Amino acid sequence: MSGREEVLARLRAARGAVPPASAETPRDYRPAGRAADLDLLVDRLTDYRATVHRCAEPEVAEVVDAVLGGRRIVVPRELPRRWLPASVTAVADDDLSTAQVAAVDGVVTAAAVAVAETGTIVLDGGPDQGRRLITLLPDVHVCVLRSEQVVAGVPDAVARLDPRRPLTWISGPSATSDIELNRVEGVHGPRNLHVVLLAPDAR
Amino acid sequence: MSRTFLGMPGTAPPGVGHLRGAEPFPAAARRGLADPQLRRNLGHATTTIRAKSGAVIGELPDWQALREAGSAIKTDVLTRLPELLEQLEAAVTAAGGVVHWAADAVEANRIVTELVAATGSDRVIKVKSMATQEIGLNEALDAAGITAVETDLAELIVQLGEDRPSHILVPAIHRNRAEIREIFLRAMPGVDPSLTDDPPALAAAARRFLRETFLTTRVAISGANFAVAETGTLAVVESEGNGRMCLTLPETLITVMGVEKVVPTWRDLEVFLQLLPRASTGERMNPYTSMWTGVTTGDGPQAFHLVLLDNGRSAVLADEVGRQALHCIRCSACLNVCPVYERVGGHAYGSVYPGPIGAVLSPQLTGVEDNASLPYASTLCGACYDACPVKINIPELLVHLRDRAPHPRAETAAMAAAAYVMDRPALYAAAQRAARLSRFAGRRGRGLPPPLSGWTIGRDLPQPPARTFREWWAQR
Amino acid sequence: MRVALFVTCLADTLFPAAAQATVRLLERLGHQVVFPPEQTCCGQMHVNTGYSAQALPLVRRHVRAFEASDVVVAPSGSCVGSVRHQHATVARRAGDERLASRAEAVAGRTYELSEFLVDVLGVTDVGAYYPHRVTYHPTCHSLRMLRVGDRPLRLLREVRGLDLVELPQAEQCCGFGGTFAVKNADTSTAMLADKLRHVQSTGADVCAAGDASCLMHIGGGLARLRTGVRTVHLAEILASTERSGSTGRTAVRA
Repeated sequence: MSGREEVLARLRAARGAVPPASAETPRDYRPAGRAADLDLLVDRLTDYRATVHRCAEPEVAEVVDAVLGGRRIVVPRELPRRWLPASVTAVADDDLSTAQVAAVDGVVTAAAVAVAETGTIVLDGGPDQGRRLITLLPDVHVCVLRSEQVVAGVPDAVARLDPRRPLTWISGPSATSDIELNRVEGVHGPRNLHVVLLAPDAR
Repeated sequence: MSRTFLGMPGTAPPGVGHLRGAEPFPAAARRGLADPQLRRNLGHATTTIRAKSGAVIGELPDWQALREAGSAIKTDVLTRLPELLEQLEAAVTAAGGVVHWAADAVEANRIVTELVAATGSDRVIKVKSMATQEIGLNEALDAAGITAVETDLAELIVQLGEDRPSHILVPAIHRNRAEIREIFLRAMPGVDPSLTDDPPALAAAARRFLRETFLTTRVAISGANFAVAETGTLAVVESEGNGRMCLTLPETLITVMGVEKVVPTWRDLEVFLQLLPRASTGERMNPYTSMWTGVTTGDGPQAFHLVLLDNGRSAVLADEVGRQALHCIRCSACLNVCPVYERVGGHAYGSVYPGPIGAVLSPQLTGVEDNASLPYASTLCGACYDACPVKINIPELLVHLRDRAPHPRAETAAMAAAAYVMDRPALYAAAQRAARLSRFAGRRGRGLPPPLSGWTIGRDLPQPPARTFREWWAQR
Repeated sequence: MRVALFVTCLADTLFPAAAQATVRLLERLGHQVVFPPEQTCCGQMHVNTGYSAQALPLVRRHVRAFEASDVVVAPSGSCVGSVRHQHATVARRAGDERLASRAEAVAGRTYELSEFLVDVLGVTDVGAYYPHRVTYHPTCHSLRMLRVGDRPLRLLREVRGLDLVELPQAEQCCGFGGTFAVKNADTSTAMLADKLRHVQSTGADVCAAGDASCLMHIGGGLARLRTGVRTVHLAEILASTERSGSTGRTAVRA
């Protein structure tokens, strides 16, 4: 008997008689579809030590300049170039080596979705977000978020996302609770997370 | 002992992995109780996490509805486990992954060791994973000449301290910052000798120490918090970014997952991603959750292996009452509220699964005779049941397992005698009088024989009253 | 109302004052109390120690003893918890479905004292007088099995002369747990030590609870330490009046 057949046979024997069609899961929790509260998102991001900048779309480059001016950064291939100030040296991620990505100071990306209630941004590897490693190795991550990407709760985000893409849910900078169960920011991931939240009328 | 009938539910084999303690719980607990530093560290940590968790759970008006949904999804999973696993296998395979099936720890260790050996790498980086601890994977790799580097901060503290994990979420919860500093100074190569015990400084030291290892290791091993049958999507929930490093940088990723981790649909994650962080670290959301489906061209590991592990889970599933222990999402909320765990610490449970969930899971995985004292390691106070985000009725399970546990012969006789007397009111009344008249216990009960002498180590016995209630009632 | 007293074996044998107080209280409130003499023990100790088969005759006996009663009241959260959450299960596991449904019917009419007073009788002021500084330990089974919530505290707040002081970390188990106190005596004692510290920190001269078992445990510890703090069952406090002149000493001697 192969491992596969062995395990499946054990589980079938253990489960007992095949039950009738499974009952509908009770889903009496708050479903997707509530309005997203941008102020709540800002509050929750700030609470977990992300820095939030609210501005209009044409002002993104100024924010990036303030955070990363004079530094070397990596950007996804299709990041809008107008978001980058002249003061940064930007390298597009054209299959850069791990060492090359690890050597830059920061990264600027867009996002796929953000969850207001939990202060979470989600990256899905889209062309304006790039490979997972570029938002992991640099120590400063600037993430530009359009207001219509903000949803109210986790169910809204799950509904919007495509599970076939590699997804990274990010809630604040890298942190640990491993020392006396207190949250301490700054371990292996970026120690600085800046979220640039664009004003609704700024497209 | 492990039953090895082909195709029949089997317990986890002895001699491999970490599910069985070397001594019974009461003896092991005594060491924890005698360590005041441990008591202080645990008291401080569990008090902190209870407050944090309570606050963020209080923010959700639908917490109870989420618990109901989480419990119902897990109940459904257990009734359809074989079919869901086949569906998961098909979806992972279609997305470029390779699925392996391991009936027990020995098989899982062999599969993983061979996969690593095939890459030619003699080192792997690991994301904290209960399943790989359960099967003793690090030891198996070590025997094959492969170094496993634990990258989770608490796991690193345990590994460098040559210690054992004592908590599901925070394996080094029994260490405070001063002790962690000492371990780093002693065992972390290249550490700055002026390292302080400031937690951010300790975290930064771990960052520096592991950075190069992350960048140069070609194989990673992880567990999984969830696996979605319909899409083949795996999820790892973490905080530090070590998980992202392991899941993103290496060429080969091997994930070892208990079969019960499968959930039917993508949508089901909307429930568990709300339950887990709030119950576990007391956060609205943990810093990082990674989800991947097979292999993504040009992004992340280009070889992905998923090892589906039974190792006793089929035996748990075979018990219709006991199977709810397989709902567990390893949040550790039950540990954090348990008054017994808080006082004795995780090592007393002898298994990688300590605390209330360990007291019901470990004996079921191994067969209750191999962990016979664990179902009794609880006062049945019920705090664990209230805290469980997937509503595992741990007190009910404890009582259920006590029924199946081997009983001391003297106790069996005493219980039978008590039941005999209590089923006969006249005898019962006579026994009440006898107890009063004999004053068998002596002054304040000192001088009782074992095991009853346990009572009088810290308490007096009540003085029997002049009249029982039924005597008083009869004379009214 | 005609109320059947489920005395519990522990109160019957070692703490009759709690049961007598329950009788006095219910009679003072105008109800008739009966005592079905066939009752002995609910079997909780057997079930919780892993002897549910031996508990089966005790469940059967309990059901038979109380089947004819309209309402059953016990001065114990733990024993009512056993009746409500264990009896039918014990019967069902033994394959006795008929006994299980009879047990469920009895359980549906069985109340812990504070539940009965507040929910069934609708009273919180029972006319009690008890001039003492009292702290209240809620007991795990009352709190988490029966969910009695703040009912006992609402009753205590109405007692004249009573100075109610909050017990720190009240919801933590005292460490009794039935045979746990013997099988894991060291751990039990460590839990008890913390409970005693909290009780003493209140400056109360009486520690009250709704379960004689937990009171026996806490009281045994308080006596060993010669703290001078007494343990008194909730029923005894509620039964006390100016006329009874109770000093609460009834808990110690019948």
